[in-house]
Amino acid sequence: MFDLDLWTLLTIVALGCITVITRGFFFISSKPWSLPHWAQRGLQYAPIAALAAVIVPEIVMNQGVLITTWKDARLFAAAAGAAWFFWKRGVLGTIVCGMAVYLPLRLGLGW
Amino acid sequence: MFHRREYRDRPEYWDGVRDQVSVAMGIGAWGLMTGVAMVQSGLSALEAVLMTLIVYAGSAQLAAVPMMAAGAPLWVILAAAFCVNLRFVVFSAHLRPYLIHLPRWERLIKGYITGDLSYVFFARRYPHPGANEEELAQQQAYLMGNCAVNYVAWMGASLVGIALANAIPVAWGLGFAGILALLGVLCSLASSKLRFVSAGVAGAAAVAAWALPLKLNILVAIASAVAICLVLEKFRPQSPGQGAHHV
Repeated sequence: MFDLDLWTLLTIVALGCITVITRGFFFISSKPWSLPHWAQRGLQYAPIAALAAVIVPEIVMNQGVLITTWKDARLFAAAAGAAWFFWKRGVLGTIVCGMAVYLPLRLGLGW
Repeated sequence: MFHRREYRDRPEYWDGVRDQVSVAMGIGAWGLMTGVAMVQSGLSALEAVLMTLIVYAGSAQLAAVPMMAAGAPLWVILAAAFCVNLRFVVFSAHLRPYLIHLPRWERLIKGYITGDLSYVFFARRYPHPGANEEELAQQQAYLMGNCAVNYVAWMGASLVGIALANAIPVAWGLGFAGILALLGVLCSLASSKLRFVSAGVAGAAAVAAWALPLKLNILVAIASAVAICLVLEKFRPQSPGQGAHHV
């Protein structure tokens, strides 16, 4: 439980450096510099694209393969969550409503 | 950092806290399952705690732990983590004008504590960098309020997950609450037609390019969605700047 391998510790510290470097990549240099105009325009589409790229595979794929059944709790939970959001506009409600659909289907019906 | 008085005294700090609290439950569930998964994939409890406290990047942690257990070379693990985190490089390019007036070490610390959702909330609320010192300070306060809740919810839940690693079955799928939190934020960003297009293209591309190694499918998906939206924007000059007011 309290094992600590030196190699593992080194890996963890190096991974922490990766976090700092990637999250602050363009903060490292203080030289004046700005993004080209097209990239600035493009940035307004990047956040939603990043979220969709992370979420969609988590909803429609299983072990790296597109699911072939509609009997999957995630599909209904995501639909219920999105429906809640466009009805009431709240992220917390989206989570609660989605999980209220997800858990019974998954634990009750095994979907 | 984010508990400093100069931030807490501003109302924007508490706006940031309020926004992030709305997703804290999802982040907590996600952190909980990350804690469980790290221990179940072979780290000792102490190693998992250190990783949580030092790395502070859920997706990179989940990518790295199985590779560490399999004895992969260090450079491969680091390259994989870098690729999984590449979206943060994009975010940092966006955040640069908001932070560049600060000393370098402070910029790096603020970058380090700014996760996905803190960035998304910040970009949604402040489409343009502040024009003067006062505005920049308000924006910093908002960002720090956001990051504070994110940090506490994530760290707390991860540590609980590590402690309960053998009591919470992964089969319950509680981590899905984290996906639902991201889904809610995604819906809140869908403020123009082209943004719907961006989400659709990115989602489809991420599935189609799933087979790429190192989670590069996410980067391919972002790049193709942004490229297609820029092209479509050119063809629809009749609605200039649509959505430009809420990045």
